[in-house]
Amino acid sequence: MGGVRLPAGRSEATDGAASAGTRAGVGSPGTQGGIDHVTEGVMTVNMGPQHPATHGVLRLVVGLRGEEVVSCKPVVGYLHTGIEKTAEYRNWVQGVTLVTRMDYLAPLFHELGYSLAVEKLLGIEAPPRAQVIRVMMTELNRIASHLVWLASTALDLGALSMMLYGFREREAILAIFEAVTGLRMNHAYIRPGGVAGDVDDETLERVLDFVDLMPAKLAEYEDLLTTNPIWIERTRGVAVLPADQAIALGVTGPMLRAAGVAFDVRRTDPYCGIEGYEFDIPTFEGADVYDRYRVRVAEIRESLKIVDQTVDRLEDGPFMIEDPKLAWPTHLSVAPDGLGNSPQYVRHIMGESMEALIHHFKMVTEGFKVPAGEVYVPVESPRGELGYHVVSDGGARPYRVHSREPSFVNLQATETMAKGGLVADLVAAVASIDPIMGGVDR
Amino acid sequence: MSQDSVLERMREAFPSAAERAVRDRGQLSIDLDPGELRDVAAFLREDPACAFQMLSSVSGVDYPDRERRLCVVYQLHSLEHNHRLRLRVSVSVEDPHVPSLTDLWPTADWHEREVYDFFGVIFDGHPNLERILMPDDWVGHPHRKDYPLGGVDVKFTEVSVPPADVRGANA
Amino acid sequence: MGLETRLPSGILLTTVSKLVNWARTGSLWPATFGLACCAIEMMATGAAHNDLSRFGMEIFRASPRQADLMIVAGRVSQKMAPVLRTIYDQMAEPKWVISMGVCATSGGMFNNYAVVQGVDQIVPVDIYVPGCPPRPEMLMDGILKLHEKIRRSPLPT
Repeated sequence: MGGVRLPAGRSEATDGAASAGTRAGVGSPGTQGGIDHVTEGVMTVNMGPQHPATHGVLRLVVGLRGEEVVSCKPVVGYLHTGIEKTAEYRNWVQGVTLVTRMDYLAPLFHELGYSLAVEKLLGIEAPPRAQVIRVMMTELNRIASHLVWLASTALDLGALSMMLYGFREREAILAIFEAVTGLRMNHAYIRPGGVAGDVDDETLERVLDFVDLMPAKLAEYEDLLTTNPIWIERTRGVAVLPADQAIALGVTGPMLRAAGVAFDVRRTDPYCGIEGYEFDIPTFEGADVYDRYRVRVAEIRESLKIVDQTVDRLEDGPFMIEDPKLAWPTHLSVAPDGLGNSPQYVRHIMGESMEALIHHFKMVTEGFKVPAGEVYVPVESPRGELGYHVVSDGGARPYRVHSREPSFVNLQATETMAKGGLVADLVAAVASIDPIMGGVDR
Repeated sequence: MSQDSVLERMREAFPSAAERAVRDRGQLSIDLDPGELRDVAAFLREDPACAFQMLSSVSGVDYPDRERRLCVVYQLHSLEHNHRLRLRVSVSVEDPHVPSLTDLWPTADWHEREVYDFFGVIFDGHPNLERILMPDDWVGHPHRKDYPLGGVDVKFTEVSVPPADVRGANA
Repeated sequence: MGLETRLPSGILLTTVSKLVNWARTGSLWPATFGLACCAIEMMATGAAHNDLSRFGMEIFRASPRQADLMIVAGRVSQKMAPVLRTIYDQMAEPKWVISMGVCATSGGMFNNYAVVQGVDQIVPVDIYVPGCPPRPEMLMDGILKLHEKIRRSPLPT
């Protein structure tokens, strides 16, 4: 698998990296608490944590000279939930319910990253049908997340109708998610070994209907925004983050692709068979808010292509790995009394096989054990590279789960992008990062 | 494979560190001493065969059974060659100093602050080593294994169930 | 509160109190206090599919001075708790609080050092809406129950 073509002047990129950071004021020396106490005339203003335009509980301590931003220090931690520590006291499958709440707009990606990491530690692979379902669900989630990004960014910049359009289409996706997983958000659906439930034909019909519906709606959004002079004024040339500075700051995802670097984890570290699907990685050269918008709209189109291909590729088979030590059998159906026990399974564990009973008992009380080791598995979330660093000590509980959430890393670029611009550009800059504070603070 | 070429270059430049390389489940990790970290990191960034331009993540793990219990884990990624590498540095609680990598990779800024916040590792040369996710006046480092999970007892009609770290198998 | 002190008590006050309460429920403006996942469901409740504008509530006021209702949507961390109380104090009377979701109600699944175990430890809560996250319909049901509660509440004399 080849690497990524970097923009010209790569050697400058690596030298520029360090100086870009210090030049941009990221941790420049002689600062107190990271705020540049420059000359007089600077007023320090606090934005947030309760603020309509900071995309969640983000606090920005902004130094202003008039309307110009002199310094901008993000303060995070207002949504810190201790998820990583709580996961150390739950078993491996319960960890899915915890990590799914980190990034609540793209929960399936967190579940996927975590499950892939656990599967790597276990040395297993999910069955083919589960992999196709995973791709379908995560790409639908990417579309939903980008729709919310479009909606909230447009709201921040004043295009209020886009807010309603974005949430309207998202409802169609949430209806599909509800049919498959039972929940609209925070699904706990993708688990180590496969997925928690099957996708039936009626749902596939709905997915195909959605794929047919979206292009017209996308055209509607582009009609509203792409050539709109107000949108262009607000976003073109605003919050520029060139590729070398972006790489130095660890920025990934649409922000990096808008700067011209075609880095996508789906190409470099493919998962769930995604290398077999046909899709492009849209990149633009402007590295401003406008190009990040174009990247995300193009990504919605690419995800629709992938979802279409998944429906064709779906074949019959189990949706969870058929290892009695790891998961319950997938043929458990719902009985007429509404409970989910298959009488054959109950007869098997109670009457026929002692070993099966022991496995079932251990899975219910303790959960499965994962061999000791340490892995780092990246996936491409709508915000960038989402990495899961999972350490196991051989027990039934994770020893350490750390999620390298792209919002956390991308948010560091705020000061670099906002310095020298106006306050309104700061709002556009933060919006274009697409931060999800649940992921930033975990 | 490009991981082999990284190992080859490491053997040429830092033979003693390369001895401690471990390949597990297809991923390459090298354990380093805090003193070697900066030189190795700078080499890995500059060397054309390695070219690790991106520092993906810095995380901490606490192994209370070991003498050097606080382990800082760096995930490096090369965009050009598409290979990844893990560096691990272990320090003790009594002397938790690790050199900071913010001048090599500015992205390390917040990551190192997080490891400081949750584990108490002090990064020498970090421009602004403050707590990042916990309140500024918080005492203690929550992700260490001896820090309690916290929380309250959940009261049912007859029974009161304590938080996860003091009930059941953990008690 | 100025209104109630200036009115005569008795039968007239009952009618006035009904009128005032009806007016209060008619445009109960929420303050934007979306914290986490529940905030997204709150935004979905305000969006086109489940329209909060039917109840006069589609404008989420950013400034607490202009808001009547604080919907605490999401988990409240230890760092956020003082901010929550400050925002609550900045709201003008009469004000109500809906605790949306289990994290705001009781700490939810996060029984640990980082999350306040129930926002009623910080502010008085009128309606608790369970769910993780609650569906938009559930939130609307909670809001309508709050409307009933407001209609029932007597004006203090």
